[in-house]
Amino acid sequence: MSLRKPHELHQRRFSRNLGVGLTLAAFIVIIFGLTVVKVSGTDFSLATQEVQN
Amino acid sequence: MSDASINASTVRAKSQEDEASFGDFFALLKPRVMSLVVFTALVGLLAAPVPVHPFVGFCAILFIAIGGGASGALNMWWDADIDRVMKRTKKRPIPAGKVEEGEALAIGLALSGLSVIMLGLATNWFAGAFLAFTIFFYVVIYTMWLKRSTPQNIVIGGAAGAFPPVIGWVAATGSMSLEPWLMFALTFMWTPPHFWALALFMRSDYDDAGVPMLTVTHGRRATRWHILVYTALLALLAVGTAFSGIGGPIYLTVAVVLNALFLRGAWQISRRSEDDAEADDFKVERSFFKLSLLYLFLHFGAILVEALLKPYGLGGWS
Repeated sequence: MSLRKPHELHQRRFSRNLGVGLTLAAFIVIIFGLTVVKVSGTDFSLATQEVQN
Repeated sequence: MSDASINASTVRAKSQEDEASFGDFFALLKPRVMSLVVFTALVGLLAAPVPVHPFVGFCAILFIAIGGGASGALNMWWDADIDRVMKRTKKRPIPAGKVEEGEALAIGLALSGLSVIMLGLATNWFAGAFLAFTIFFYVVIYTMWLKRSTPQNIVIGGAAGAFPPVIGWVAATGSMSLEPWLMFALTFMWTPPHFWALALFMRSDYDDAGVPMLTVTHGRRATRWHILVYTALLALLAVGTAFSGIGGPIYLTVAVVLNALFLRGAWQISRRSEDDAEADDFKVERSFFKLSLLYLFLHFGAILVEALLKPYGLGGWS
């Protein structure tokens, strides 16, 4: 079964939607990267140890 | 007729050319101004005596840039009426009919909130609060209040553009000291001669828009003298900075050469009559404006070089 033909609006706004999509993807990568850096940082390790003690 | 069909027909009425592209929304963030923000904030971050994880540093600069861009979008939203009148700003996304004013407002507010929260989370809340204050200063104090009410608009409003190196420094250290404020002062004192030179050769633009630039309220002769006085004060500050914690022999050499050239340009501007300027199509004013761009870039570049050489025992006076 074929999908409906894309509305003309979607074609017209393709570049905008692509840009927004890529920006959101980049934002996810940044959040992930920041989380990795923060979790593996010394501050986070010390705070975790304090909670455990 | 349903709401959906009304919206569809309204949207369909727009042609491909009228449709805003992603680039039009990006243009709301004033990318050229953003490049200055990125560079000065980066210098502030790297000149700070506390090392930052490269990825955290990248995120800090990114969110400072987004905050700067957000304030640019809010500025375009508020100033849409005068942007339509001025030749220099006529092609901006709102006056060009690409982006709605409400869209610019929404993007500006959303990115302001996002940048402040993310900078706070990535670095520290002092830096986040500083970024929030900078956005507030640029949008409310400069754009909404000073720009249309006083010829000192550029002088006081210039502070907004001078904050990024301070934010970069605070993002790295979480505290304040004299050095970031010297970088602030450098940009702050540089802004008036830079913009007044532009106002001299853009001539009727600010007049048409009713913006009380010094050229409009006090005349072009007074503006020429103001450029000279501010440039002289800037030269003292710029050369004096060489003997602070962020200066050094490389910075001193750059500062002495550039300030000599800048003072020479300001002196020439102050001596010129309007007839002289008209005769050569504001050649001196235009070259002074171009030099001002290089001036700030090279001063901050020299601070950066001094900071990058320090780990090897070469930067600074030690």
